Amino acid sequence: MRLDQRLIAEMIEPGTRVLDVGSGDGALIDHLFRLRGCDARGIEIDMREVTRSVAHGLPVVHGDADHDLAHYPDDAFDYVVLQRTLQAVERPREVLRQMLRIGRHAIVSFPNFGHWQLRLKLLLSGRMPMTAVWHTQWYETPNIHPCTIRDFIALCEEEGYCVQQWMAVDEDGERAPWRRSIRLANLFGEQALFLLRREGGQRVESCSPAS
Amino acid sequence: MNSTAPLDVGDHQHATFAEGLDLECGVHLPSLDVAYRTYGQLSPRRDNAIVVCHAFTGDQYVADTHPLTGKPGWWGRMVGPGRPIDTNRFFVICTNVLGGCMGSTGPRSLKPGSTERWGTDFPPITVRDMVRAQYKLVCSLGVERLFAVVGGSMGGMQALEWAVTYPRMMLAVMPIATAPYHSAQNIAFNEVGRQAIFADPDWHGGRYWEQNIVPARGLAVARMMAHITYLSEEALTRKFGRRVRRDPKDAQAPEASLAMFGDVFEVESYLRYQGSAFVRRFDANSYLTITRAMDWFDLAAEHDGELPAAFAGTPVRFCVVSFSSDWLFPTSTSRYLVRALNQAAANVSFVEIETDKGHDSFLLEEPDLDRTVRGFLGGVADHAGLA
Repeated sequence: MRLDQRLIAEMIEPGTRVLDVGSGDGALIDHLFRLRGCDARGIEIDMREVTRSVAHGLPVVHGDADHDLAHYPDDAFDYVVLQRTLQAVERPREVLRQMLRIGRHAIVSFPNFGHWQLRLKLLLSGRMPMTAVWHTQWYETPNIHPCTIRDFIALCEEEGYCVQQWMAVDEDGERAPWRRSIRLANLFGEQALFLLRREGGQRVESCSPAS
Repeated sequence: MNSTAPLDVGDHQHATFAEGLDLECGVHLPSLDVAYRTYGQLSPRRDNAIVVCHAFTGDQYVADTHPLTGKPGWWGRMVGPGRPIDTNRFFVICTNVLGGCMGSTGPRSLKPGSTERWGTDFPPITVRDMVRAQYKLVCSLGVERLFAVVGGSMGGMQALEWAVTYPRMMLAVMPIATAPYHSAQNIAFNEVGRQAIFADPDWHGGRYWEQNIVPARGLAVARMMAHITYLSEEALTRKFGRRVRRDPKDAQAPEASLAMFGDVFEVESYLRYQGSAFVRRFDANSYLTITRAMDWFDLAAEHDGELPAAFAGTPVRFCVVSFSSDWLFPTSTSRYLVRALNQAAANVSFVEIETDKGHDSFLLEEPDLDRTVRGFLGGVADHAGLA
């Protein structure tokens, strides 16, 4: 399991119901079931991964974030997880709404487009930046909705989602030290990891322990 | 095609339920026979039983030699020691469906207290009636709770019906290459098959046994047409293409010597063989009764068309499997089923297997299907804490 998946798993209370959207090889749901006693299920777009997961006894359906979340009932899960995929969905805002409709919490990770290397490359070359994280040409990339950490926080504010926890993570999934300042995290964090709660109270700043 | 004598009823392992069965149509069947086969051993805790439901023209001989055809069991590659449905681990039960012709009560059975056969007087049955007959058999074997119900095609309909009718009776259900309702296209195909049987002069209003004959031609035509729907254009092309048959007795014979409407093309020859083999093992009245039962199948009918309501609160784990080239029970319908199960917050897995073999894929060599069946059942056993 990747390091950032371990961070995600630590955000999840044992014994809860979890839907992992884009479950890949099923490592996270397998971990959640075996070590945290969760009722963990997956949705995955790649049929080979689905078959592999089901063949390992994991409850995974073939589907995708844009089209299949709408079919789940309200409050079906305690957590809905979307790993490194938000930037690739057709309608990120709608996907987030669905996640927080069917789940009490959403856990979202995405590559941060505000990272200093991207900013610098765009500034100096005038071309779409290419880095280890953003490594496909603009005309081929599946990442059609890149955003920065601050963009994401702004969307959460707009939609009234409470940021319960957030952290910057480097590409290997190691937790980065940029916890004190969103601005610094936005500059130096390669990836971001957010634990959101449905609206129902505090504003982002006041319920985010790190900002 | 020459006239064919009626099927040998034969002697099949069966249980008789003297109390009979109340059918959904309101008729009471005064006595019920359920023919079945079992494989493996029921565990001391009686928690390892799997019901395998056969498809339309299948039977209880899942994994042993068929008594009429002498062929190996229809799912021997899936069910057996070390197979995906491992009989070293699981106790497998397969019954001949109600309305069938391999020993369970059906149109070929004698009417109670009479020397007459039911024939076309056999009451209309439903998939639920089939499942309720199976339920009696399962209970009579001392099984209080099933581990799983697995089935393909009409067997998948039964598996779904099991989940809806007896949701607390099993841990898991595996509907394969099936649908929660029979589509208009499928009803249409069934109707053509039935009309072919009715049009056969040997049909005799359904009382063909009195003439010691069966409507072989009509039944074979029905089978030939149905068989096309079980395949795919790609598979037919791959297997036969436009190849023309040669007279086996004269390898040098020019193609033109074949009769104008003889079986010129290999695909024709194949279908004719399928048709004629079928009439030796299947009863025309059973064909009619069972196709009608499939036509009536619609799990949402009791819930004003709301399929999720049929599964509300279900504790059953589902694994839905479809095949990419199956146009009789297409993936789109399986996806509809999966979405309904999601709406009911059911625990569901869903796999579409990439293959060109069409609907019949579930009976054929498909390693991904084997892996899926083995893995899903293993996962359910893990979750349930089964050894």
